[in-house]
Amino acid sequence: MGAMTPIELERMREEARREARLGENGPRARIIVHMGTCGIASGAQKVLDGCAREIETGGIQGVVVSTSGCAGLCSREPMATVELPGRPPVKYAGLDAGKMRRILKEHVLAGRVVEELALGVGEERRGAQEAGPGEKLSGDNGYGGLPRLADLDFFKHQTLIALRNRGRIDPEKIRDYIREGGYRALARALTQMTPQEVISEVKRSGLRGRGGAGFTTGMKWELCRNSPGSEKFVVCNGDEGDPGAFMDRSLLEADPHAVLEGMVIGAYAIGASHGFFYIRDEYPLALKRVGTALEQARETGLLGADILGSGFSFDAEVIRGGGAFVCGEETALMASIEGLVGRPRQRPPYPVESGLWGKPTTINNVETWANVPPIIEHGGAWYASIGTEKSKGTKVFSLVGNVVNSGLLEVPMGIPLRRIVYEIGGGVREGRKLKAVQTGGPSGGCIPERLLDLPVDYERLTEVGAIMGSGGMIVIDDSVCIVNLAHYFLSFTQSESCGKCTPCRAGTWQMKRILERIMEGEGTARDLEKLAELAEAVKLGSLCGLGQTAPNPVLSTLRYFGDEYEAHVRHKRCPALVCKPMIRFRIEASLCNGCQVCARQCPVEAITGVKNEVHYLDSEKCTKCGFCTAVCQFDAVVKEPVAAGM
Amino acid sequence: MEPTQARVDLIEPAEIEAIVASHNRQPRALIAILQDIQGKYRYLPREALEQAAEMLRIPMTQVYGVATFYKAFHLKPRGRHTIKVCMGTACHVSGAPLLLERIAQELKVEPGGTTPDRKFSLEEVRCVGCCGLAPVVVVDEEFHGKLRHDRVRRLLRSYA
Repeated sequence: MGAMTPIELERMREEARREARLGENGPRARIIVHMGTCGIASGAQKVLDGCAREIETGGIQGVVVSTSGCAGLCSREPMATVELPGRPPVKYAGLDAGKMRRILKEHVLAGRVVEELALGVGEERRGAQEAGPGEKLSGDNGYGGLPRLADLDFFKHQTLIALRNRGRIDPEKIRDYIREGGYRALARALTQMTPQEVISEVKRSGLRGRGGAGFTTGMKWELCRNSPGSEKFVVCNGDEGDPGAFMDRSLLEADPHAVLEGMVIGAYAIGASHGFFYIRDEYPLALKRVGTALEQARETGLLGADILGSGFSFDAEVIRGGGAFVCGEETALMASIEGLVGRPRQRPPYPVESGLWGKPTTINNVETWANVPPIIEHGGAWYASIGTEKSKGTKVFSLVGNVVNSGLLEVPMGIPLRRIVYEIGGGVREGRKLKAVQTGGPSGGCIPERLLDLPVDYERLTEVGAIMGSGGMIVIDDSVCIVNLAHYFLSFTQSESCGKCTPCRAGTWQMKRILERIMEGEGTARDLEKLAELAEAVKLGSLCGLGQTAPNPVLSTLRYFGDEYEAHVRHKRCPALVCKPMIRFRIEASLCNGCQVCARQCPVEAITGVKNEVHYLDSEKCTKCGFCTAVCQFDAVVKEPVAAGM
Repeated sequence: MEPTQARVDLIEPAEIEAIVASHNRQPRALIAILQDIQGKYRYLPREALEQAAEMLRIPMTQVYGVATFYKAFHLKPRGRHTIKVCMGTACHVSGAPLLLERIAQELKVEPGGTTPDRKFSLEEVRCVGCCGLAPVVVVDEEFHGKLRHDRVRRLLRSYA
């Protein structure tokens, strides 16, 4: 193809828009199946295949089937969107191949919406990208009884900037991204702005690193630009390792060009000629889609020599991680890109001065890069108008755990945590009681129920002993033992510690041992003191972020759930009935109807009884595995406290 | 490292050579090279590592260091199917430990191990990022979300 220019890019955009139009000369309907990893895991591939087969065998003409990334509401996957000419799109949830066939027959071919399967109508996107904040959809949705998607509790508090193309584009087609306004910001930066102006705009936006630490992005770029050296690098940190966090995976899978465009703009601002996408080994789909995006950008002339005729040249490659949590730490990540063992090193020097192969390097998180194009397009002041005084813009969170609506959400900074959990999340699952919200993964902390009105921003979260982190938000109900949870996180960091420095390597090990004693019912008051002392020592003495933050889950739970630790230590009691030495299982005679399901599940034959008669559980034999409780539909297998050692 | 004789015989020096050459014999591509080797053999045979070290002109200790540091690599032969039980936070609070215990019990193998017939390897993994479907088990490339422990036996039987 000929040289790509900004004018050619606009022409391409017009063409893509024309092609996408339904009606007279175009297709008569479009079905979009949402295919993120979550969607595929729930059966989206079967929905897609079934739909395609039906169209083929039925000889149906003029119906286009396409795919897009995650639609956000993981707990209602698989999802699909149906678009008919001149009508607002309808989003369906909880699909399978049969339901999809029905939608095809009734809605796509006959124009009758299948109301009981529909989630809502219209676009979910409000505001952000096209018309600036405050944009509203037109009043009438044209589909009578269906709620508007943007009015649903899950969607209505969201502002999509990083996730601006959610559900709208096929991530494997650069034309889709261009159609939605993609690479316009790059064209603007390269042809109308100097690198310094780009940096000023990003500084004005107040954008801070979305990987967790929250360093001002524009400042980082400026430091890197001002570092001496002719060769510089940019890196996209996609080594999303926090358990319970999948923002980066989703973004890379659903909109890889948004991240790439941000990176190219950043490279121009900094003066970098080469970039790396470091992506977790556990994310095969993200790896594939970013690889495809790079190829297509290269073919389209948006990557390579003399991009858009500006004289600026840049290319990037994908690096697949090796499965080490510590590689999310920037100095370890760089060692890994260099092909070495991923161990962190002392900072300074910071990567902006001496990074990859000793050259100035800017490392930003996936979400940070994705925020850059809208900032360039709409201006830093626009971005800064969203959020709080020190935390600007929006943040993407993965809301998971014991919550009704789990999924991916993007909300303005400063939104109260309560609104996220109860309105967007729909509250706690199975009517249980909320205990805490855990943010920031193994580096973060637990926020108790009573602090839920807290506005979510970097400073406020740090004040309460949690952190913003990369955006994992785990809702925890009263069935979770807080000591067990602290132990879970500590085991995580302990096994991921690279072993280079003693406080982290040995300190986390000792802390883990103490927690195990407490869970065994052998903890003492002195153990609690030692735990707190060790936590401080590990925090102060560790070399990198992994060790410095590893004690946070312990410190924050000691701070807010001290009584639960006390119950374990002083009364040998686990209030959540989780720690095995402190509980026993019993069959409640008044509830047992003798269905024998529990007896069949028991691996040690501790449950006996004939059909239709009350069963008996022999606590001598019982290993407390809990299989029986999990399968009993009548809540007849009960857990009850027992003093440890009995 | 105790690869069986049968496995060792399968290693074609020409294949290793092709892999290393496809990365332009660059030492910085070591991790990618090991990933490719493992993609072929499902583990990293010692002979393959030695050959790669020689071709890249780097010490075997460096190759071994990288191969043992990163969790994605295996130095022992693996089962035909890999079962990964997600141990992410969402899965942890939704019953993953129970699920893992159940699978381990069914297969009579500890996490990290391989069944004697080399059919299954069982692994605990860090978050696979499908938290909305917790608890999640990934068999080979296939995801199984919201898996109940009493469905484990049926799931395992569905793999040949």
